[in-house]
Amino acid sequence: MLTLTSPVETPLHRWPAGLKLALLCIATVLLFRLTTPLPLAAIALALAALHLALGRALAMTALRQLRPLGPFLALLALWHGITGEIAQGTTIALRLITAVACANLVTMTTRLSDMLATLDRLTAPLARAGLPTRRLTLALALALRFIPVLSDRIDTIRAAWSARSPRRPGWRILIPAALAALDEADHVAESLRARGGAG
Amino acid sequence: MERSLSHIALFAALIAVLGFVPQIMLPFGVPITAQSLGIMLCGTVLGAKRGALAVILFLLLVAIGLPLLSGGRGGLGVFASPTAGFLIGFPVAAFVAGIVTEKAPMAVGWAAGLGAFLGGVITLYAFGIPGLALMLDKSLPEAALMISAFLPGDLIKVALAGLVTHSLARMRPGVLLSRS
Repeated sequence: MLTLTSPVETPLHRWPAGLKLALLCIATVLLFRLTTPLPLAAIALALAALHLALGRALAMTALRQLRPLGPFLALLALWHGITGEIAQGTTIALRLITAVACANLVTMTTRLSDMLATLDRLTAPLARAGLPTRRLTLALALALRFIPVLSDRIDTIRAAWSARSPRRPGWRILIPAALAALDEADHVAESLRARGGAG
Repeated sequence: MERSLSHIALFAALIAVLGFVPQIMLPFGVPITAQSLGIMLCGTVLGAKRGALAVILFLLLVAIGLPLLSGGRGGLGVFASPTAGFLIGFPVAAFVAGIVTEKAPMAVGWAAGLGAFLGGVITLYAFGIPGLALMLDKSLPEAALMISAFLPGDLIKVALAGLVTHSLARMRPGVLLSRS
């Protein structure tokens, strides 16, 4: 399973995940406090420079990850082009880009294992309060493991469909796909029970 | 206990996998992603509580950095994007879809369709529109106008959620945790 963590090691990879997440929270709150385009433009430039300093490959990946914002930026341009509130539109667009880029940067420079360790630490107080956090870890691991399994299953179902029909399967594929998940869930439940339960 | 846990985990995986399925093109050219249909199905098939937990588990996987949202999006950035309101509304939508499917005194297919509408459209929009308004600095009616293009596709998904849930119940009675 591919994660969004950058394979190119950067100094930011070595920062503690908890620190990065805390900084991200502060940065996002601050970004939403700014209401004029100039400071936001400065931050955007600084962010771009930071990305480039971390390496060209990482910067290009970061740029690609901003692509889903495209339709919204186009919408903002159209909207504020018509109403004439250019400064306001620029502020909103820059805030959007910088906030998303900051969050993506944390994701790109934090390994999945570090994220999971931080999640464990954050939920530790809940465990002391008697909540079953072990089950959360187990559920996460199970879901991760079964994504490729279900994906293969759906490919098989599509192939079986194509062998019998010249048309594309469309929404009908959802019924056997949901059944596959339900059956697999029953098998997993049995295996878990056989191995001493979910704790 | 084990049964609940495995169903929650498997349906979280199912939502993820439905994000990889190429967009389903409806006859008159409206593309719909199967992923939000997966959110509705979590509620109508697993019931309110398990359905919502499955969706939360899926969002947790996205947040820790897996590119599982349709279009290969993921990581923390999606929670700062204009559609963050919809993501926050996902578990609530599944919960509402589930509770309606559990309680509505009608045939399971209709109950699931009603649940998918109240959860996957009304509840989801109640989170998504304010989120969009906040992120793009627009008023609520303006934000509602921006997403009105998605309403026809979402209504089709409501019908499909009802159909799929109905078919599951007919093929394998007792398989729906929402109705047992």
